Amino acid sequence: MASVEMQGVSCIFPSTSKEGKDVRAVDDVDLSINAGEFFTLLGPSGSGKTTCLRMIGGFVLPTSGTVRIEGADVTQLPPYSRPVNTVFQDYALFPHMTIAQNIAYGLMVKGVGTSERLKKAQAMLEMVALPDVGDRRPMQLSGGQRQRVALARALINEPKVLLLDEPLGALDLKLREQMQTELKSLQRRLGITFLFITHDQHEALSMSDRIGVFNNGKLEQVGTPQDLYNRPKTRFVAQFLGAANVLEGEASRQLTGAKIAMLRPEQISLGDPKKCSVVGVIDDVQYFGGYSRIRVGLRAFSAQHLTVDIPASNVDEQIRIGTEVGLKWGNEAVHAIQSH
Amino acid sequence: MRSNPTSRGAQSLPAPVNTDVGLTGLSTWLYQHKRVAFALLVGPPIIWFGVVYLGSLVSLLANSFFRLDDFTGQVVRELGFQNFITIFEPANLDVVIRTVGMSVAVTLACGLIAFPMAFYMARYARGGMKAFLYVAVLLPLWSSYLVRLYSWKLLLAKEGVIAWTLNHLNMTWVLDSLLALPYVGGSSLSFSPLGTFLVFVYMWLPFMVLPIQAAIERIPSSCLEASADLGAKPGLTFRQIILPLAMPGVAAGSIFTFSLTLGDYIIPQVIGDSTLFIGQVVYMQQGTAGNVPFAAAFSIVPIVVVLLYLWFAKRRGAFDAL
Repeated sequence: MASVEMQGVSCIFPSTSKEGKDVRAVDDVDLSINAGEFFTLLGPSGSGKTTCLRMIGGFVLPTSGTVRIEGADVTQLPPYSRPVNTVFQDYALFPHMTIAQNIAYGLMVKGVGTSERLKKAQAMLEMVALPDVGDRRPMQLSGGQRQRVALARALINEPKVLLLDEPLGALDLKLREQMQTELKSLQRRLGITFLFITHDQHEALSMSDRIGVFNNGKLEQVGTPQDLYNRPKTRFVAQFLGAANVLEGEASRQLTGAKIAMLRPEQISLGDPKKCSVVGVIDDVQYFGGYSRIRVGLRAFSAQHLTVDIPASNVDEQIRIGTEVGLKWGNEAVHAIQSH
Repeated sequence: MRSNPTSRGAQSLPAPVNTDVGLTGLSTWLYQHKRVAFALLVGPPIIWFGVVYLGSLVSLLANSFFRLDDFTGQVVRELGFQNFITIFEPANLDVVIRTVGMSVAVTLACGLIAFPMAFYMARYARGGMKAFLYVAVLLPLWSSYLVRLYSWKLLLAKEGVIAWTLNHLNMTWVLDSLLALPYVGGSSLSFSPLGTFLVFVYMWLPFMVLPIQAAIERIPSSCLEASADLGAKPGLTFRQIILPLAMPGVAAGSIFTFSLTLGDYIIPQVIGDSTLFIGQVVYMQQGTAGNVPFAAAFSIVPIVVVLLYLWFAKRRGAFDAL
């Protein structure tokens, strides 16, 4: 049985102006998330991923379609009748309550006695490695600490599914990476389903069991990170996850044999221009530490550029703007894209 | 400024803006002397508050310890507690209790009426509706207080609009039974404490609506969603989240309605049963009777009552969410 299931779910917001069209925030989405899975909804802002999560949480009701949690139809239920909890993007901690009261809120609602719920809140605080902040107020904590408190508060009722709405968006890079690791290990330990939302492809690739890519309200592709990275079905997925060279038309037919083809930058290597069939001139170089990313304008197809990643060990004096280089790749590196 | 044309470094730099003259020079100097800038900004209001406001309060307090010589009608500048003892005489105590009781009643009524209104304005009204409600709340404040007061006199009078309407609805008995009630009744609405109460509530309602509305608007909607997400039904979310977070607004509004009622001396003079309120006593003592020391002592009463009220509100945690 799927943990969360969406069937033909659409959410249409009426237009705010008189002549404007209605906004199809989520458009006919079918989605099935397995129990115990770390599932990520990935997409640019405004693509419908947050609305999708809000329909599962019950904050927005779908215009059509069915939402099931653990097999039970919850499509029209209010948030307080659903066995899911949410970590909000802005954490949404209650400013007038202490941290312990915040975390114990779910238990207070259930009618658990004061001493027991404070004991459990303390246990949750220890789980998120903040044992000493129970008496403080949310305003006195840093962003990272508030994030952990929000997580503890959402987990205290032992939900079947935890919804996380871009929870790491407000944290700086170092903290974000640390929280990614912690979230992942927490999820493994608790074994509950995590539905995670992000617009950060690295985050999605590194944490998820499976990813659903959203674009314009539609679910473009669902699959494991490897699936999506190596075998994107659409041009959008290819370009949203990692860097991609998408070849089209004459260039694609001659160089790869496919109608539309994708080549990852790290799968192209440089060679002697005299010995390679594909030749171009470097017109941009970006240094990234571990590797350098160069852009090569192809000789044969003036409009076509290829991005190539070169490991730091292979970067030498030759890699300069204006240098002529040969490009080569193996046949297995070429992935034909089925559609736009 | 002298530059050396042979120096290569100086040649390659653009000439710096001359910051020594005119307004630029002044603003640069102030930027470098932040304390002076701060003093210039904060000084005038501090002087205003410190000298004019606090100064008059202190002289008020000092005056309250003097006494009036009954025979000569002159103020005797000797310190004593006679004025404060006089306040506790039954007739004066009666005035204090009546005024404080009215203030509490007006504040409660304003809170009860204002909260749902403010809640609707903050969380549901959008666009044109919101603008309309704002204007509806603020519009009365644009017209004169006295005009509105005398309008109410016409509404509440024995042959006024309210009595006339009830008469035509054959519901005069409702008004009559209300006016027959002890303590609040009287010969007509405009000659009863009930009428005074109605006008007070009308007058101060905007001062209650606006702070509550602002406080409710500041509650992030994600907090309400989080409460529902954790299983709280709307009633519990209201009690646990909305009410406590709106409390600073309620406290601010109640300070307005409470102290405005406590100090007003015109409304009870125009509408009511001619019993006195604190403001009227102060007005009469310093005017007609010329007993400035006793008027000063009586003026201390509302100050003390409001301080007690603030202390009580703070103890009850009304400002915790600030």
